[in-house]
Amino acid sequence: MPAVPDPSGHYGPFGGRYVAETLIPPLEELTAAWESAWADPTFRATLRGLLEDYVGRPSRLYRARRLGEQLGCQLWLKREDLNHTGAHKINNCMGQVLLAKRMGKTRVIAETGAGQHGVATATACALFGLPCVVYMGEEDTERQRLNVARMKLLGAEVRPVHSGTKTLKDAMNEALRDWVTNVRHTHYCIGSVAGPHPYPLMVRELQAVIGEETRRQLQAQGVELPAAVVACVGGGSNAMGIFHAFRNDMSVMLFGVEAAGEGLGTGRHAASIFGNQIGVLHGQKTYLLQDKNGQVAAAHSISAGLDYPGVGPEHAWLNDTGRARYLSATDEEALEATRALALTEGIIPALETAHALAALPRVIQFTGRDAHIVVNLSGRGDKDMETLVRELSL
Amino acid sequence: MTSENRLDQVFASGRKVLVTYLCAGDPSPQAHLPLFQALIDGGADVIEIGVPFSDPGADGPAIQQASERALAAGASLEDALELAGRLKGDAARVLFGYLNPFLAYGYERLARRCAESGIDGLLCVDCPPEEEPELRDALRARGVYPILLVAPTTPDDRVAAIAQAGAGFLYYVSMTGVTGAAFAGDEALLRRIARVRALAGLPLAVGFGVATPEDAALVARAADGVVVGSALVRIVAEQGADSAASLGALTRSLRLALDFEID
Repeated sequence: MPAVPDPSGHYGPFGGRYVAETLIPPLEELTAAWESAWADPTFRATLRGLLEDYVGRPSRLYRARRLGEQLGCQLWLKREDLNHTGAHKINNCMGQVLLAKRMGKTRVIAETGAGQHGVATATACALFGLPCVVYMGEEDTERQRLNVARMKLLGAEVRPVHSGTKTLKDAMNEALRDWVTNVRHTHYCIGSVAGPHPYPLMVRELQAVIGEETRRQLQAQGVELPAAVVACVGGGSNAMGIFHAFRNDMSVMLFGVEAAGEGLGTGRHAASIFGNQIGVLHGQKTYLLQDKNGQVAAAHSISAGLDYPGVGPEHAWLNDTGRARYLSATDEEALEATRALALTEGIIPALETAHALAALPRVIQFTGRDAHIVVNLSGRGDKDMETLVRELSL
Repeated sequence: MTSENRLDQVFASGRKVLVTYLCAGDPSPQAHLPLFQALIDGGADVIEIGVPFSDPGADGPAIQQASERALAAGASLEDALELAGRLKGDAARVLFGYLNPFLAYGYERLARRCAESGIDGLLCVDCPPEEEPELRDALRARGVYPILLVAPTTPDDRVAAIAQAGAGFLYYVSMTGVTGAAFAGDEALLRRIARVRALAGLPLAVGFGVATPEDAALVARAADGVVVGSALVRIVAEQGADSAASLGALTRSLRLALDFEID
């Protein structure tokens, strides 16, 4: 695979820096600071130490025999749900907040959907003693109120966003407005492989540890390479994190799973790659749900973390080059997959993660039966218990 | 060709240029024409016609809500273009918006429709000079000027590069922030404006937070023009379709402040 992005942050026709001029020089500064930090062995060693001692890495690779047998594959789960704070999001936040400190920034802001990135940012800020403001759509503050309470307990200020669709996209708009106002002393910690360059690159590099570990752990189990790697895709950071180490192993099929919401035919979904319309939002050119006038459409998913009308530009590129395939799973399928994993393996996944599990029967159609398949178990389901109580009549 | 562009005439007039903004389709595409006409009749030299967008990331609450009202009333880029064609007077017409509606419309078609509608310039907030050269090429080929932003964070060497990619005038953002934020006009701002103006080689209009005749007069001491948006949009928020008289009154007082440099 050709290396992406190019120096200007483009992934083929996708990516770039579509922001107001005020943010261009700060993005250049951030790019330079990131490149210097990432090339600095001391920064890398500090981050590695934090990931090991604080986050609990490496996360386990678990052989899920019962669910695998049921489905007809050799199933491996990369247990990002066992990380401190319960999801992969912390990998990125430790790196970005460490970078913010190094850049001399005195304040950190973030957007959050499900609240996992907000919690992870608040956690990193508590650890480093930095004030933290998290923007969260009003609708999400209601369906994820346990995470709102966690962020508050961690010392963060949670600002509900009342504009637009009151979900993740509007939280990101509001975070960008804060950043453009306070850019001289504030670092904006974006939670996915989305936004203007260098964010998609930086977040990918910080999450790539997931795939690097998975590769080593499989080999230690005698599996040279898996047949397929599967992850859910909203913005797409957990997927990019596990895909990246396998990008040049062409025998490994990469599957991203978008949220099909109430069904792809209903229009109430969050499957932007499926939607196949190129657009520009939040500083990036990518696949974007929109109407014929270029107004951004409301996404829908039962999982707040996938409820985003765009997708990280590298996923758009992986789709167009054919290197990765993108499938989807509905709300209902995700709920069924949640129950299946709980009953067969005693693990309650996040609703986001459940979309990846729900797509496994279709993945097996590509790999054939009995193949080694890795699912990135990106987060745990505690935060979704209220939704699960309601939807599964518990 | 270029001499036919009203922006050239406006900035060659010798007077301080008054640039005014309203969002097309606010409060509705049926009611917006007299509001924009009131700006021209009140003495504005350049009319910025805002194209409503679902995600106006660079705008403060006033213009966000204007955009929401316009979209709720069914407004689109087509309404903004049609409006431009129906305005009377010599004021220059500038489309002001975000990239995605332009991208969805198609750059060639957009440039053609701009030319047909008497649009003199187009400012795309989230499209810096590094991105989408196709858009600027399409506009220039039809005699429509791409107008670019310069910000307080823009380093000196970048100002010249931006000016190269733009035409007509440069829009200087008075502060790091969103539209409609509190104005911070002081000597430091005037020094920055003078510095950017010297580097740019294009006329400079200054906006973001400029709300009152006093603000406008202060900025005009250093700039070629001033941009007032949110203060006008707030009138439409309050008075809706009946805003024309109040819009005209504010525009006239801004005009007076610039002509006589009331300070």
